[in-house]
Amino acid sequence: MSAPVRIKRPGNSRLVVLIPYLWLIAFFLVPFVIVLKISLSQTAMALPPYVPVLDLAAGWEGLKQFATQLTLDSYALIGSDELYLSSYLKSLEVAGVSTAILLLIGYPMAYGIARSPRGLQPLLVMLVVLPFWTSFLIRVYAWINILQRDGLLNDVLMALHIIDAPIAWLASDTAIYIGVVYSYLPFMVLPLYASLERIDYSLLEAAADLGSPRWKAFWQVTVPLSLRGAAAGALLCFIPVTGEFVIPDLLGGSRSMMIGQTLWTEFFSNRDWPVASAIAVALLALLLVPILVYERLQKRAIGEVA
Amino acid sequence: MGGVTAPLVRFDAVSKRYGALTAVDGLSLDIAPGEFFALLGPSGCGKTTLLRMLAGFETPTSGRVLLAGEDISTVPPHRRPVNMMFQNYALFPHLNVEKNIGFGLRQEKVGRHEIAERVEAMLALVRLSGYGKRRIDQLSGGQRQRVALARALIKEPRVLLLDEPLAALDKKLRSETQFELMELQRKLGTSFVIVTHDQDEAMVVADRIAVMDRGRVAQVARPAEVYERPNSRWIADFIGEVTLIEGRFSAPGVMQTLIGELRVADDSVALGETVWLALRPEKVRIGAERPANGGNAIAGTLHEIGYRGDMSIYKVRLGDRSVMKVAVANTGHGDRGFSAGDVVWLSWPADAGVVLTR
Repeated sequence: MSAPVRIKRPGNSRLVVLIPYLWLIAFFLVPFVIVLKISLSQTAMALPPYVPVLDLAAGWEGLKQFATQLTLDSYALIGSDELYLSSYLKSLEVAGVSTAILLLIGYPMAYGIARSPRGLQPLLVMLVVLPFWTSFLIRVYAWINILQRDGLLNDVLMALHIIDAPIAWLASDTAIYIGVVYSYLPFMVLPLYASLERIDYSLLEAAADLGSPRWKAFWQVTVPLSLRGAAAGALLCFIPVTGEFVIPDLLGGSRSMMIGQTLWTEFFSNRDWPVASAIAVALLALLLVPILVYERLQKRAIGEVA
Repeated sequence: MGGVTAPLVRFDAVSKRYGALTAVDGLSLDIAPGEFFALLGPSGCGKTTLLRMLAGFETPTSGRVLLAGEDISTVPPHRRPVNMMFQNYALFPHLNVEKNIGFGLRQEKVGRHEIAERVEAMLALVRLSGYGKRRIDQLSGGQRQRVALARALIKEPRVLLLDEPLAALDKKLRSETQFELMELQRKLGTSFVIVTHDQDEAMVVADRIAVMDRGRVAQVARPAEVYERPNSRWIADFIGEVTLIEGRFSAPGVMQTLIGELRVADDSVALGETVWLALRPEKVRIGAERPANGGNAIAGTLHEIGYRGDMSIYKVRLGDRSVMKVAVANTGHGDRGFSAGDVVWLSWPADAGVVLTR
């Protein structure tokens, strides 16, 4: 009777594995449960501004009482009122269109960097990341300056005689797209560059050798081999843009709101925590789809490497 | 080779320079149809550049590359009727085996059924039937090598280019694959041009070898000729093992050297000129006594024994402190009874060596 040989590990190595889980429980799962609970509550003129409040001191009876008071009213509201639905759609539209524009601008940029001389590439990558050295908020404010009536953009366009009178750029969807594309470009370029840079140049030579001219080899070899980078970049942009608040709030108009703005209004202006929470939960559910798609792509990528 | 058949490939005074570096230097070379031709040389000798000029990845700085009499120097790679098997195989990782092999045909307007048929035939040719749907990362090194070969052959190229095709395989598989390549080449009758730094490989597979050194061809000949009749000390030394003995002819067939007077069956050399006798280790006999026959015989001290299994290399120190290598086939059981420090006699007939003038 011999026990299987086991390699002893220092005991704390198991703790190391636990760290990410503890982190996720403390900073994601617990807050999410709280938000979920609030979304099932009702508003009240109280502090905190909702009922029921969980009182563990009341024991089992208190818990039962608490459970009976939970309600789906907030979800019914955001499902029935067109304001919320149109906010969601607006968010998806902005995220979808910006992601498409980001791909169109980011791909040539990443491709150009990946095809540059090796020694130059780190510098170019650093230049892409350089804007992060300035606060995001300040950069968006700078865009207000550029886009306003007597701002830099109108001045330049008028000096070049492209337009005769200043255009109202601000408070429009165009301004939102400019702001979003500008702010998220590095998140598109970096994963694309990483996947393009890894492509073995001899694959393109092989394609040429087998009768594929350069432009065709680009579609047959380069594009398929960079799809994973494109997917990563698209999700890294699409997901946060959907919940974006600062850019539409500072640059966009007041006619239609993105979901982040609606949530902010519910929370701070209307003090309706349950509805605000319900919006947040619904947003998360909505974004779960692309996140799961990304997750699957990642798993496949790891599987292929192994 | 004589001028009977017109060359299929002709390099005509081809040079390739990268800035100050000259990779190929005014090189001329003919390759016959149906020939298995090897470009052999140390790294940096220009052999790969030459192959890439034939494939179209490099254009010559000067000179012309001709294929079947037609100047193809500036024809882009995708329009050349030659195909290449890349050193690292360069298989498309996003396509399966079938799609990789069929890639070349899909670039032309070949029907889907015909592609499927020809891919199937290629898979059978390289003994990979049933592997068509596999992903590239599910294949072993040897299988990948065969997929790369099939992919390069499916378009029935005029010339198949092989860039160090077996470098990634282990020794045993490499020697098996060498014979497979030769068989395949005979079966198809296509010209194969192989680039290799492995002289054994070049000797085994090729009909003719061009030994390259610093962008030029040092010698073009059949493998046996390159080995037995090298035209310079550099070649003699580069191909296989050799002992070089410097000397002068004092009379026809008599060479004066530091280890004594040697009989050499070569009377074409001018008397008094400095020449070198190149002696292959397997042409020299080793014995305990001075042999009775009339060849050359020299005594020395056994310095080192390198046991290689099928044979042993004996290094014998001669009177002038120089070392002569002797190869002895291990045909008997056990060793020959010599050990380091023994005094031995080395002997070889007058026609065993080659006299080199440079």
